[in-house]
Amino acid sequence: MSWTIIQQSLPEFAKGFRLTLWLSLVGILGAMVVGIIVSLVRYFKVPYLAGILGAYVELARNTPLLIQLFFLYYAFPVIGWKMSAATCGIVGLIFLGGAYMAEGFSGGFNGVAKTQLESGRALGMSRWQLARYVVFPQGFALSVPALAANVIFLIKETSIFSVIAIPELTNTALDLIGLYYRSNEYLFVLVIAYAIILIPLSLILTWLERKVRYGTFGN
Amino acid sequence: MTEEILKVAHLNKFYGKRQVLFDINFDLKKGEVLALLGPSGSGKSTTIRTLNGLEDFQSGQITFEGQNVIPDEKHWQELRQKIGMVFQSYDLFPNMTVLENIVLAPTKVQHREQKEAEAEAKKLLAMVGLSDYAQSYPRQLSGGQKQRIAIVRALAMHPDLMLFDEVTASLDPEMVRGVLEIIKKLSDEEDMTMLIVTHEMNFAAQIADRVLFLEDGHILEDTPGQQFFKQPQTERAQKFLESMDF
Repeated sequence: MSWTIIQQSLPEFAKGFRLTLWLSLVGILGAMVVGIIVSLVRYFKVPYLAGILGAYVELARNTPLLIQLFFLYYAFPVIGWKMSAATCGIVGLIFLGGAYMAEGFSGGFNGVAKTQLESGRALGMSRWQLARYVVFPQGFALSVPALAANVIFLIKETSIFSVIAIPELTNTALDLIGLYYRSNEYLFVLVIAYAIILIPLSLILTWLERKVRYGTFGN
Repeated sequence: MTEEILKVAHLNKFYGKRQVLFDINFDLKKGEVLALLGPSGSGKSTTIRTLNGLEDFQSGQITFEGQNVIPDEKHWQELRQKIGMVFQSYDLFPNMTVLENIVLAPTKVQHREQKEAEAEAKKLLAMVGLSDYAQSYPRQLSGGQKQRIAIVRALAMHPDLMLFDEVTASLDPEMVRGVLEIIKKLSDEEDMTMLIVTHEMNFAAQIADRVLFLEDGHILEDTPGQQFFKQPQTERAQKFLESMDF
């Protein structure tokens, strides 16, 4: 291990670090939006759309991100849809993450006790009123642990972007190794870089889960 | 003649192919208190839940305040404002304070003024001795307190009929009394029309004007309250009362 090699590589890694953060942020926010929309459509059983989005969730969750990216990057241009590597990465992450987030939200909504719905109905509330005042506030709180796990999962999945040459962290490390054959140093920096992102985030999310579970609704 | 609030005629209910209610017939007059008694699985809860549309039925007719009930969700939503129900599981909404729980349906479903609904909620809370808990959340309350608030929440809609489905069955023995006293007070002071499913025989004996005794989905007896507890007409009811008597 040479500290000089590590030091010299840091500017490159810093670029990859920023890109990984940026792609994760955009991908996760996009996935959240897709996830909420999909889970709402499925919750209200919107005709046709609910079925189609159900199929989407299964497709996205049961195919590897690697294959999804290959499709976006190599197959779509054949039918005339050409996107930059970075766009492919973000679209792929949102496609995959949206399905996972949708399942997370749905899990929360379905986790609200049936007796809650009955006591709401017994008060004359409509399906929409029940959803708005009873199911969603409780369901969102219930879905936080699943959503938090998805956030960590999606950040780790960005490492697969390296295969379509997006210069994020993993791609940066693989490139440097290819150029200088110093795998020990570069892989070491790579591991540390992911740990710097994920360990604090994981702690924050755990804290948030606790706060939502015990803190809200009267404590 | 006293006004008839509820009439149930030839009601049959099936779960798939299995019939659970057989030709249920009874009526309920204004101010009357009817107790549904019977062993577990006799169909008491199913009957009471059918009366506000939480369970469907396959044939028969329910008439509420002179109107034939059209059993679809839209019509039930209207009717449920007039038919209050309290459950065994006292499901207050845990994401709202006690006061919010009570005013939610009056303001959102009945579109009443927030101020007026809150003022009434506070009056009702005072009636059940829980004025200090308006800003508390359900998880900060005991089972008995929650159940009293669930009753208040139903009353805030100004129902003409109240359904109580084993409301003390999951309470600590100490808490039972407070809840039953409120139900008794509702009958004595407000002359509320009520249908009560309960396993508290002493309570039923005190409050019921009439008793329906059910077994296996059949009404075996429809007897005035006093008489039922002294001389039940059927042997089955006699045995049931003996088994309840320690």
